[in-house]
Formats: sequence, structure tokens, C-alpha cells
Amino acid sequence: MAITFTVNGEERRVDVDPDTPLLWVLRDELRLTGTKFGCGIAQCGACTVHLDGTTRRSCVTPVSMVEGAEVTTIEGLQSPEARAVQDAWVGIDVPQCGYCHSGQVMSATALLEGNPSPSDQDIDEAMAGNICRCATYHRIRQAIHTAAKTLEG
Amino acid sequence: MTIHSNRRAFLKGTGAGLVIGVMLPAMAKAQQKSGAMAALATDEIVEGTFAPNAFVRVAPDDTVTVLIKHVEFGQGTYTGLSTLVAEEMDADWGQMRATSAPADVTLYANTAFGIQGTGGSTAMPNSYMQMRKAGAAARAMLVSAAADRFDVPAQEITVSNGVVSHEASGQSARFGELAEAASQIEPPVDPQVKDAKDFALVGTDVPKVDSRAKSDGTAQFTLDVYRDDMLTAMVVHPPKFGATLASHDATDALKIPGVVKVEAVSQGVAVYGENTFAALKGRAAIKAEWDESGAETRSTEQMMADWAEAAEGDGKEVTNKGDAKAALAEAATTHEVTLEFPFLAHTPMEPLDAVVEIRDDEAEIWMGCQMQTMDHGAFAKVLGMPQDKVTLNTMLAGGSFGRRATGDSHFAVEAAEVAKARGKGATKLLWTREDDIRGGYYRPLTVHKMKGGLDADGAITAWDHTIATQSIMAGTPFEMMMKDGLDPTAYEGAQELPYAVPNHRLGWAQMESPVSVLWWRSVGHTHTAYAVETFIDELLAKGGKDAVEGRLALMGEEQAREAAVLKRVADMAGWSGQKGFGLAVAKSFNSYVAEIAEVEDRDGEPHIVNVWCAVDCGVAVNPNVIRAQMEGGIGYGAGAALYDAITLGEGGSVQQANWDSYRMLRIGEMPNIEVSIIESEADPTGVGEPGTPPIAPAVANAWRTLTGERMATLPMVPIAQV
Amino acid sequence: MRYQIAAATVALAAIGLVAVNAPTAQTSSTSSQSLRVVQEFDSIADETQRSVALFGEMAKVITHPRCMNCHPRDDTPRQGMAMVKHVPPVVRYDESGFGAPGMRCTTCHGATNVALVGVGGIQSIPGHEPWHLAPKSMGWIGLTVPEICAQLKDPGRNGDRTLADIHEHMAEDGLVGWGWEPGEGREPAPGTQAGFGELTQAWIDTGAHCPE
Repeated sequence: MAITFTVNGEERRVDVDPDTPLLWVLRDELRLTGTKFGCGIAQCGACTVHLDGTTRRSCVTPVSMVEGAEVTTIEGLQSPEARAVQDAWVGIDVPQCGYCHSGQVMSATALLEGNPSPSDQDIDEAMAGNICRCATYHRIRQAIHTAAKTLEG
Repeated sequence: MTIHSNRRAFLKGTGAGLVIGVMLPAMAKAQQKSGAMAALATDEIVEGTFAPNAFVRVAPDDTVTVLIKHVEFGQGTYTGLSTLVAEEMDADWGQMRATSAPADVTLYANTAFGIQGTGGSTAMPNSYMQMRKAGAAARAMLVSAAADRFDVPAQEITVSNGVVSHEASGQSARFGELAEAASQIEPPVDPQVKDAKDFALVGTDVPKVDSRAKSDGTAQFTLDVYRDDMLTAMVVHPPKFGATLASHDATDALKIPGVVKVEAVSQGVAVYGENTFAALKGRAAIKAEWDESGAETRSTEQMMADWAEAAEGDGKEVTNKGDAKAALAEAATTHEVTLEFPFLAHTPMEPLDAVVEIRDDEAEIWMGCQMQTMDHGAFAKVLGMPQDKVTLNTMLAGGSFGRRATGDSHFAVEAAEVAKARGKGATKLLWTREDDIRGGYYRPLTVHKMKGGLDADGAITAWDHTIATQSIMAGTPFEMMMKDGLDPTAYEGAQELPYAVPNHRLGWAQMESPVSVLWWRSVGHTHTAYAVETFIDELLAKGGKDAVEGRLALMGEEQAREAAVLKRVADMAGWSGQKGFGLAVAKSFNSYVAEIAEVEDRDGEPHIVNVWCAVDCGVAVNPNVIRAQMEGGIGYGAGAALYDAITLGEGGSVQQANWDSYRMLRIGEMPNIEVSIIESEADPTGVGEPGTPPIAPAVANAWRTLTGERMATLPMVPIAQV
Repeated sequence: MRYQIAAATVALAAIGLVAVNAPTAQTSSTSSQSLRVVQEFDSIADETQRSVALFGEMAKVITHPRCMNCHPRDDTPRQGMAMVKHVPPVVRYDESGFGAPGMRCTTCHGATNVALVGVGGIQSIPGHEPWHLAPKSMGWIGLTVPEICAQLKDPGRNGDRTLADIHEHMAEDGLVGWGWEPGEGREPAPGTQAGFGELTQAWIDTGAHCPE
């Protein structure tokens, strides 16, 4: 079945089983490999993308659900919030193994887009769905605060 | 999409030990978006690259690439080993690049193991002099080349930030400009390394080479490897440990569009899909019958009871100092505990995966490989090819915590069998999270039985201890590391106490089960540090002694480094024996770590608010990486101690399936952590694992002071009914 | 091993419905309880008593985990028959109950239930448009049945609803209706939404009396 949607500002058409999770369409069909597979059941957030402007776990999103929608992946992040988050991530070397951080960055970006000056609690609530087995949480919190300060100018 | 297509040419050596070739790597595009930042290498070949040895490549564009023999899975080895090379070369950090070395035991063996592999927190210790010498050799050859070009004596030449200069004549050249000429210079036999006092990069927080690529989605993991006409395979695994495939019916699976093939392999039934979803659907449609005659059918409860019974005995003798039993009999006060530790899965973020491409008479593999030499051998054997026809590319791995270092190379064997059954072409084998959680290779289920005795003054006179647990090494190639039938991974950390106890006995009751077990970040210390450090805490409390002062009083000169981290952490936390504060100290992998946890009671569950950590790991090559490893080790250990158990239900099936039932520490549960590194000139020791052992006992000790309740059974928070 | 006492048992006991054998398996596609129809209450002559009895029947639905899990009095949804705290730990965030910026309910829950393929644990991710928590004032977890009844009728706590509005919510609302179509691996609420609507109407018609 053909499904058309926008990925990172570009219209894409895929001909796949409509039940295919968006995650595997992005990866297997479109070769956007920044979005990762961690659990397949929306527990870990490694597969987080932005769907029509808010976070979405692509592993539990049948591609049929995104017909006509706008999807942004880590490869297409461009907002000032996204840049601030990524620079803050690099600035204090947040990643260890790095596998979860596409998802972490997607969630952190959405947080700052919705709440420009989050408290520790806001951060914990926004990032609660993103597991990091290296436990870089401590630095994630710090980097989000740094990014928020950067955006304040 | 082809990834690393030139890797073989890039990395292939032409000589034994020293690689000076014509077809060599270069990082033409290496400046990337990160500008002049140290980064991951690309694999493009540029002529005129200088390759002084197996570890260093200097390209005409001035980039210096370090070939890292260890897998990078978050511990920071790409950065750490590159720092050593940059230090000795007097390179500019921004010109440094890192990439994985190929699987080649003749060039890249871990000097601690004799094979190429990563583990036991040895990456930095075993590479420390090797990488420094590799850098020093490169520098000496560049200096020689410059001396020729400048026509001046080599002794008058200085090197700084990647520029080779002769001050008197005003001549200078960048590394890249000298690369071709340096290739003609004979490598020095024993290059001189720097005196530690002259270190410019070592000891500083140089930015990590991989942070940018790991923040923008460009870092390439095994999962990200796509080859032309690649199939994705998944395997239906047995529902119980020790069960084997009796029969299967693939009729329904083969009707699913995109499912192209189903094959029985020795691990179960492999289903091949044109894409991942087809493989998933196909696998779900397989009907399989299993032979459970050799399977583990006991539940965790039954196993715990069996283990506890064994722990009542003495086990095989490990330590026997004085006469613990006699001292116990004479003690004024005795104290007895039984501690239960469950199976634990590692669950690295990236599930196990590998891509195997079989060509006419050769094969190429991409995998986040931790034991290259063993996995390489396993691939070659199953594929029926000579090892030199099998190229093994070590990819960045999405965590491991021990999971990727298996003695039986089971995943390599499975990947090779699945690929071989498919035939020519590329096959990606992917385990789902459920495969991972139910797939065994767990931290062994363990029971400790401990008896302590105090004299009338509260001094500890007896320590009698039996550990019931499976052997990790027995039956694997690591068995050769066992002596007198003893597997040190079963009891390391409990064998010798850092405390002066006159009568000390330790025994190991070796337990047997078809459940496969493996090292899990800090191995035996995951339970021995808990046992030793909660028990000493309780004995000190019984004797009316402070946890810090009491420990220090029992430490002698040989425990100077333990004492130093203990004092440091007590200062950091403002220790005064406060309620809700608990501490633990443990030496593991030759590093010394003390931690104090501040714990709150939240609805009857421990919540860790703050952790202070002092570590002595010798020379701190990159303090930022060391702090990160302590933070991560604390979070990893805390999460498991608080929440995790793999349990077998009635009949022996694993009751957990995914992270909904195997609970992960999340950001709101992560404590604030402050790390202090002891200044040291000793050779560096491990940091990947030593942060983990002290956290669980520190939390347990804090909880006991807070509530009076002993955490004798882990996890601390009861697991949800499954 | 220490296991969690089934939270459902506690919760149901707390609200006066002793359901000691609260099922924990989540594989049944039919409810563990049946829902009686209005006519079965005709034999109760006293209208007030009949009304009370009808509410008691309605409470089988109201206190079912499919309904209770999204009617917490705190900020955390529950899940499963054992009504454990939702994992991952999503929060109400604000009165609208759609979750926090960066982690909305819709981050995982779509417009429909999504069956998961080829996994061994959770069989589906529930979904409906919209998907959110009931307001805090309408929180039920931990309340007794009489307390829930009083709250339902209190315009100060029920979103300023009339009894007719409440009937409409019970009988027509799509998210309420999800309770009977909860997706693979989840036990539905007892009976049908239509039957529940009829019970609600009959309760209202008999004076909407609450049990004590």
C-alpha cells in the first residue's frame, strides 16, 4: 500500500504493509538510521521522532497513521532549540555508548520548544520515557539547562 | 548504501607489527561539520599517508587517525587511547580522529588477555604504554623527516600542536606535510615516551571524539549497516534454557509478504525477511515444538532454595585464615545473614545484532564485537572459511556491560549459521528486546551465607562466608583461567577483606543449571561488594562503631588507597553518620572506589538523592571520562539493585519480556552525583566497572540507618507480579 | 523474591468491592465480570433501594481498571489489571491531562489501538482520539463507591455536569467506550457501553441515589 508523508521537509512515498511501524519505514525504506530500535513497545524512547510537532515513538506508530503528516527525525532537526540541545550535549560530552541519544535529543528539543525554561522536575517529566543504559541522565539534565540558558541569549 | 567499503584496504597491515604501506587511510573529509574538533574517522584512502605502526595514521590533510583495538561502547576508549597518541606526538587535539582497528590478534591483542578483546576494565591499563609508544614512534619519525627536510639536527627540533619546528632557522612543517617523507624513515625500536610531568593532554578533559556524531544521529552502529539485497533475520528461540528444537511448521510464516525463507538452525528457527517488519511478522507465525528433556524447569524460588541450602555448607575452600568456626564459637556476639541476588540481564540499549555478507570465497562481518579473536574464529569456523578470508569490522556498540563478551561466541555462531543457511548475500541478524531479556547470559543468581563474631569489646573476630553461585568460566574457553577448580569470578572481592579480621573463611558452592550466565558490569563484585560492605557495616554497628572510623581502624598500610578514597568521600559528603547516609568502599579491577549514598524513603521505597564518589584509578588520563564512568557505573548498579530481577516461573520460563517488566532506572530516579579523583602517578587502572560495586551496598547501608530494615533480598523494590 | 501485593486487590477492597481474586493475567478478551441489565433490578420495589443497587452495578464498570486507571487522584496514570503506576512514568502535567511537553500521552498513544507484532509481553498499545487523564477532581482511585457516587453528582467536582451530561458521558463518550474495546491482551470493562448507559439512565430515573 502506498503511503505519502513528509519527512524532514521532503515529501516521501513508500509502498509497504500499512501496519509497518514508522521506525522500520524510516530505517529500512528511507535509510534514515539515526532513529534507533530499542524495545519495540514504547518503553525506551530510542525511536523518538517528531510527528506534527510533538514527540512520537515511531516503533508503535503504524506508517498508515502518518499519511499526510509531517515527520521530523534526528537527521532533520533544525530548530534553534535542537541546535542548542545538540551543542549542549557535545559541550559536556553527554553521550557514552550514544545509542539512545537520538531519542534523547528529540525529546529534549520538544521539551524546550514547549517550555523554554524547564525546572529539574520539568526535565525529569519530559525525559521520563527515554531510557539510557549508560545512565547519562545526570548530564542530560545539566545539558538541557545549559541549552535553555543558551536560548535565553 | 555501502559502509566502510574501503575499510579492509584502509586497515590491512603489510608487515608484522609495523604497517608501512602505500594503500593507507586518510580522512579527507574528516573536518566534517565539527570543524577542528577531534572526531570519528571516515574511511577514505588518500595516497601519501604515513603509517608508522599498527595504531597511527597521519594523512596529508594533517589528520591523525588512531586505530583503536578495543570496542567503543561508551567507556570512552576512542578518546582515551587517542589522547595517549596525541600526547606523545604533541599533536593538536583537533586533528585527532579515531576508528576501530580490524580483528587481527597479531597486531591488536589485549596485552592483559593475549587475545583481541575488551573486558575487565583493561582497555586503558593494557594500552597505556603501547599507545604512548605508538605515538612516540610516530613523533620520532616525523622529527627525523623534518630534520632531513630542514637540514638541521633532529635534537634541535621541537613539536607542538601538530607543527614540527626548528626555531633557529625559522623552518616549520605540519604533520601532513611530512607524512610522505616520514613513511621512508625507519621506525625506532624503543621510542622514548614523555615524563608524566610533561603531559599536556593527559590529565585534561579533552572533548570526546564521538560526542558530536552521537548527538546528531550520524554515529554508525551495527543496526545501521545496510547492504545491497540484505535480508533481515530473526530467530525463534527455545522457551526454556536447555530446550532444543524438535520440529517446526513454517507454512503460515512463508505466506506473509516479504518473508523469503525459513531455516532451522541450531539455536532455533531462522526467519528471513526483505525488511525487519516482515521478519518480525514471519517469526510470530512460526509454529515450533521443543524438546525440553534437558531444560531447566526449576522456578527462581526453587533455585533460590537450592542455592540457599548449598550456602549452608562450606563449599570449596577459597580462603582459610585463622579458624573462623572456632572464633565464631567463642564470640561474645554473633551475627548471621543470608543474602539473595537474582539473575540480572545486561540489556544494552542496542540489542545484539550483526551483519554477515558472504561473497564467493570470502565473508565480511559488521558487529559491535567485544571479543574479536574468539568471535572471528567462530565466524570462520561456522562459515567454513580460513580466518584471513573473513573480515570482521568492529562497529560502535550500543552498550554491552559484559553482554557482548561471551566465551562461547554464541551470537557470532548464530549470526554465522543464519547467514550460511541463507547463502551468498548479506544477512542482518537482529535480536529483539524480548530475545535479549529472555536469552540468558545473566549475572548469576547467587546466595551468600555470612556469619560474623564479635568479642566483648565489639572487635570483629570471625568472618565465615559461603557463596553459592554458578561458574561463569567453566565450560567456556575462559576455563583456562580457573585454578584448582576455582572460578575467581564467583567470589572476587570477598576473597581478601580490606579489613583486619583474624579469622576469615570463604567457600564457594558451585551451582549448576542450564541457565547461561555471564559477567555483568563488575562481575563477581556485583554481589561480593554488597555482601562484604553491608556485613561489615552491620558488624561495626553491632560493635558500636562508626562506619567510616570503624573501617579505617581495620585498614592497614596495604589498604592505604582504600583508606584514601574512604576519607575523601567522607569529607565530600560531610559524613557524620547521619541517618539516611550509607557508604561502601570496594577495590575492583585494580581501582579503588568509595561511595556515600543519601537515601530517602519515598512511599516505602528507597530514593537515592545524592551520591558522592571518590576514585583512585592511577593517572587520570581524562578526568571527564572517568567522572562519566563513575556516574554511569553508579546509575547502572543502582537501577539493578533497586528494581531488577530476571525470574523463572513454574516450569522454568523467564517471566520478564521487555522493559515494561524489567524495570530500568529512569532520569527521575537518577541521583545527583559528585565525583572526586585521587591525584596519582601510578599507572592507570580500570574505570568502566569499578563505579558499580559500591553503590548497592551504600544504598542498603543508608536504608538500614534510615529504617532499621536490612535489604537481604535484591532487588530492593519488589518486582511487579508477572 | 518479594512480589508486589496486587494493587488491584487493595484498590478494590478499598472501595468496598471485595475482589480478592483480582485477575492478573491480561490475556482474556472478555471481562471477568458480567454486567446485569436494568430489568434485573425491577424486583426491588423501593425506588431508592433500586437506585442504590443500580449504582452498585454501575460501579462494576466504574471501578474496573480499564476505567479507574485513567481516573487517578494524583498525577500518574495506572495500568494493567493490577493498576500499577504507568511505565514509562508519564504525568498529568496540567489540568488538561495530556502529559508534559516532550512526553505527551500521544507520544505513545495514537488514535486507535495498535497491535504489536512478534513480541512476547505487551500485545498492544491502547489508543483513542483524544487520549488523556480525567481531571483530578474526577479522580476515583482510592475512593469508596459511595464517595465516587457523591463525586459524580457534585457539579463542583464533575466538570459542572448535569445528570443528563453524566449519562451522555457514560453512554456516548468515545474514550469511555474504549473501556470495552481495549485492544489485544487487555480485559474489557464488564458488559457493554450501551448496557452501562442504560444502567446510568435507570439510576438517574430512580433518583440517582448513592450507596452509603
